[in-house]
Amino acid sequence: MEKKTRRNFVKALGVSIGAAGVIGGGSILSSCNRVETVSGDKIKVLTAGGELVEVDISQLKPAEIPSLSENQQRGREGIPGKSWVMVIDLSKCRNARECMKACQNHHQLRPEQHHINVLQMLDAEHTAPYYMPKPCQHCDNPPCTKVCPVNATFKREDGIVLIDNERCIGCRFCIAACPYSARVFNWFEPRDAENYEGVTYNIEANVPQKKGTISKCLFSADLLREGQLPSCVSACPNGVYWFGDRNEDAVTNGTTKETVRFSELVKDNAAYTLMKELGTDPRVFYLPPKDRAFPYEEEKSDHQDA
Amino acid sequence: MDKIFYDLTRSIVKKDELTRFWFFILIMFAGVGLWGWIIQIDKGLGVTGMRDYISWGLYIANFVFFVAVSLVGLLISSVLQLLKISWAKPVTRAAEQVAIAAVALAGIIIVMDMGRPDRLLNIFLHGRFASPIVWDLTVVSTYLAISVLLFYIPLIPDLALMRDRLGSEIPAWKLKLYKTLALGWTGNAQQYKTIYHAMRVLMILIIPVGLSIHTVTSWLFASTLRPGWDSTILGPYFVVGAFVAGTTAVIILMYVYRLRYGLKDYFEDALFDKMGKLLVLVSLVYLYFNINEFLVPAYKMKLAEGVHLKELFSGGYAFLFWFVQIAGLALPIVLLMLKFCRKPLQITIISVFMLVSAWFKRYLIVIPTMEHPFLPLQNVPESFHHYSPTSIEIMIMLFSFFASITIISMLAKLFPVITIWEYAEEKGIDKEYLSEKPKN
Repeated sequence: MEKKTRRNFVKALGVSIGAAGVIGGGSILSSCNRVETVSGDKIKVLTAGGELVEVDISQLKPAEIPSLSENQQRGREGIPGKSWVMVIDLSKCRNARECMKACQNHHQLRPEQHHINVLQMLDAEHTAPYYMPKPCQHCDNPPCTKVCPVNATFKREDGIVLIDNERCIGCRFCIAACPYSARVFNWFEPRDAENYEGVTYNIEANVPQKKGTISKCLFSADLLREGQLPSCVSACPNGVYWFGDRNEDAVTNGTTKETVRFSELVKDNAAYTLMKELGTDPRVFYLPPKDRAFPYEEEKSDHQDA
Repeated sequence: MDKIFYDLTRSIVKKDELTRFWFFILIMFAGVGLWGWIIQIDKGLGVTGMRDYISWGLYIANFVFFVAVSLVGLLISSVLQLLKISWAKPVTRAAEQVAIAAVALAGIIIVMDMGRPDRLLNIFLHGRFASPIVWDLTVVSTYLAISVLLFYIPLIPDLALMRDRLGSEIPAWKLKLYKTLALGWTGNAQQYKTIYHAMRVLMILIIPVGLSIHTVTSWLFASTLRPGWDSTILGPYFVVGAFVAGTTAVIILMYVYRLRYGLKDYFEDALFDKMGKLLVLVSLVYLYFNINEFLVPAYKMKLAEGVHLKELFSGGYAFLFWFVQIAGLALPIVLLMLKFCRKPLQITIISVFMLVSAWFKRYLIVIPTMEHPFLPLQNVPESFHHYSPTSIEIMIMLFSFFASITIISMLAKLFPVITIWEYAEEKGIDKEYLSEKPKN
């Protein structure tokens, strides 16, 4: 009996995805856990890492995929009681760029599209250079949401600034307004668009991407809803990222999984925010690049494509 | 009076090959531009030179240019009229033609800049009143509506005149059009009273709306934090710049009508002289704003602002910047102070330079600022670092130019380019005579 329901689900899933036999969307896979039965039927799925793998369909478990309108509804409200913050420890970053890769795979981005971009910084002539990962700052006074004519980008109760690419008209006013250059535009058909055909839009991952609309970092709101860390945070091999809830005053390191008090981390390390003079009030905090764990490698400083 | 009527309706009655050829050229080029837009819709905005950092380009510059040019309608047909400056009367219709054509194209070009023009209605369905785009849409459409009315209402007596007098000379559909549009005008005192009243209301209404369209357009930039845009004087700066651009456009149009329609006695030398003086006045105010806009930040050279200003003063945009400031503003001011340079041909040549500069000025307002974001521009292809328009963008830009000239040409072929009854009135011809039917 149990097996039958599972088969029904897979059938329904297959229909909803289309005849291509490819399941797109990290959100579907990430909620598919292992089940100990084997049926012999194989199906191709796209992992959150962007690879196409063949798995036994009996290993798939129904995912809770809300309808588009439901998803957009809850996506606009945010996760109740949370107030997300990110802390980036610049002394740990050595430009591994695993965060950028994981992010681009998760959010269906082309190589030149960055929700998070590791920049090579030099503040002034005689200061030391350093690497600075730069996601959307999820400002509490966001210049981008103010200018949107259709409320396609908005601030949620949990602090995340999100995009609804079902509504975006592509005027790009938000790009002009953002001082952090955090926003990207789908100038062409998005990457692997054919693999995502028929996939229900998930506003919290902004996937599938759509031609002619905006995209940006969303703190992987879809993963947060499932109790996981954002993809850049988990992908970092060097312990750069701390992520957590300011209401709980706790942030977790994506590499070591260590959890500390947010207020203490910020206080002990003299954290700062980017361009605070603009009054945007970011939710991303930086720990200064002091006592670097790795030397800054000059030869990596380039303008090359990612 | 008969002579005035004859002279001013010749352009409507006369048919020639040149006019047909002119329309053919205009519509062909406009068609090529529309084809460019179809390609853009199909492939995405990636066919333009715009990318994530320089995400506004030629279209937005063009939009600002058209909004600017359209503002002359406010200056000439409202402000000057309310001030009872009677020499400006013959220019009002030309000014309204320019205003209508320019503001209509501004509305179209902004849709062409959208990534998802199919979602245009979202602005009405989900409009957020806090967004300057919504304000802009509101005032631009209001301005278009008032401009059309301000073009149409003074036209009614002329339409009646043409209805009554052009009987056999024009095709039946034109006669029917005039008859319908004339709304049964008979020319009695009550009707004139209504028209004067309506015109006065519109002239007053258009002032706040007109000032809003360009002020709000400037706020699309001024409401951001970027160096070069983050300025408190951008509103009045844009408005004055618009008066300059629009006045030059009207002078060029006057010259074209004078030559093409043989209206030497109507667009007379003295009128060009007066327009030249008006142009000097608005240009001087514009110069004052330019000095404010560049000298004050250049004195301080704040970090981000300094990068932007260096790029304009001595960097990649230096030639364009100084061309615009010198050939488009400083030199014309000096020249136009000489009576000799305010003669029709001379002032028209100067106006062409100023209008071209005005276009480049808008380009300089939009693009250089975007090339210098606050944070370094890294990990993107070389093409993301600089902006240069692609052929598709140029096609669409040409569409906008030719489409606006088409609108002006059509208005000129359908309606007199000078308000006949106002002109006659100015010359002391009795209104009674105007409403008389010709004896034939």
